[in-house]
Amino acid sequence: MSLEYPEDLKYLDSHEYVRLEGEIATIGISAFAVDQLGDIVFVELPQEGDSIEQGERLGTIESVKAVEELYAPVSGTVIETNQAIVESPEDIATDPYGEGWLMKVRINDDDDIADAMSAAEYQALVEGDI
Amino acid sequence: MTYSTSPALLRTPLFDLHKQSQARIVEFSGWEMPVQYQGIVAEHQAVRQAVGMFDISHMGKFDLKGENPLTALQPLVPTDLSQLRPGQAKYTVFLNHQGGIVDDLIVYCHSRYLVSLIVNAATTAKDWAWLQAQLNTRELALENQTDTLVLIALQGPKAAQALQPLVDIPLDNLKNYHHQPATIHLPPDSPFPQVPGWIARTGYTGEDGFEIMVPRNVGQDLWQAFAKSGVTPCGLGARDTLRLEAAMALYGQDIDQTTTPLEAGLGWLINWEKGDFIGRSALEQQKETGVSRKLVGFLMEERQIPRPHYLIVVDGQTVGSVTSGSLPPTIAQPLGLGYVPAGLANVGQEIGIEIRGKVHGAKIVPRPFYRRPKA
Repeated sequence: MSLEYPEDLKYLDSHEYVRLEGEIATIGISAFAVDQLGDIVFVELPQEGDSIEQGERLGTIESVKAVEELYAPVSGTVIETNQAIVESPEDIATDPYGEGWLMKVRINDDDDIADAMSAAEYQALVEGDI
Repeated sequence: MTYSTSPALLRTPLFDLHKQSQARIVEFSGWEMPVQYQGIVAEHQAVRQAVGMFDISHMGKFDLKGENPLTALQPLVPTDLSQLRPGQAKYTVFLNHQGGIVDDLIVYCHSRYLVSLIVNAATTAKDWAWLQAQLNTRELALENQTDTLVLIALQGPKAAQALQPLVDIPLDNLKNYHHQPATIHLPPDSPFPQVPGWIARTGYTGEDGFEIMVPRNVGQDLWQAFAKSGVTPCGLGARDTLRLEAAMALYGQDIDQTTTPLEAGLGWLINWEKGDFIGRSALEQQKETGVSRKLVGFLMEERQIPRPHYLIVVDGQTVGSVTSGSLPPTIAQPLGLGYVPAGLANVGQEIGIEIRGKVHGAKIVPRPFYRRPKA
């Protein structure tokens, strides 16, 4: 497998990534998750303005084969969802860390993502046997 | 996400080739099987538009030998096998005494002395034990060929075109649900360039196609010969979306020991004129009183995907559940199968599917969802 895991992101074991820039967190799913899911056909995201809580379910992503829950890597308020992806979910696969982002969240002041994994830790977890 | 595999699982003789093609391997009924190669959608469309192949060597393959094995099988199935001639095949079910489906299978008649059965992988051991208990094995020999043969399903409008150069029989003469022995020509550099094989015009995708059986030592050569001629390797994922569009029941999901053929829309399998068979009195009673539930096909109104076990809701009441569901590529609208009370089992009936706590609209439609265009 030759999937990429950008160094500037943090990862959850449930395969979401978060890119933290100041108080704005961009959330998406990892290349590994995209690869495992196969043909993605449906994404359900929270509404803009919704409060989300770290570790809680915040949406769903479905492929032809399977349905998977999305979990919040951070706590905060959803300020933007990627409507282009909601309309063409298959496009997540082409650029999961770029155009395929799912939502942007303004994180709570006291939010802490120290528990999330680094790229190396995450890669070791998902590709451990390779 | 859970896609784990364990070393204790069974592998078909084609497993190494699946691995080499970087197929995603999953556990399926105790086997390590490819679920997809390039992707379910591409593989599904290859079968609808051209030709794809599936490794189905994991399915159970039994030979029944002796004097008139069809006669011995007659009491075990609701179908009339007495008219089955050498070279013909029939889809049928094994039933329990309550009329519940023990398995669905295809019976292939080779001769008066030899019949083959192809059963589901998940039920092979159960069927084997059940057949041994039911049949008089002093007069008949039951042989389990599951591990000695490779079975490849070649499916799609171009299946005949892909297969013809490799076989010595004219495929135009082989009709649907017929089968025939044939010599298979493998590439000259193969250790066995000519092997005896057996070809059936059957399948599980709604398309024209063949199921080809060869000795296990030449299975890889045959798979590679097909691949070289442009046949798309397909996994269990596409097999499921294809069969769902064709509204073919999946054992363990849409039908099982608790559902009867009358409930599952398989009443056409029952021949009431034939003599007694296991489950007959239960089915007669059910026919008399009417079934309480029926398997229906439905289309979702929006892009919400129904999945097995989701609840079917009508007027705020849970009335049944989904048995199969997907967003299959050809229909491109989420659809599913599920059981509803018989009174609601009408085309046009509006139902709701509960998906993650919300009820979404759906409508009962005729099955199959997809029918292949007439050639």
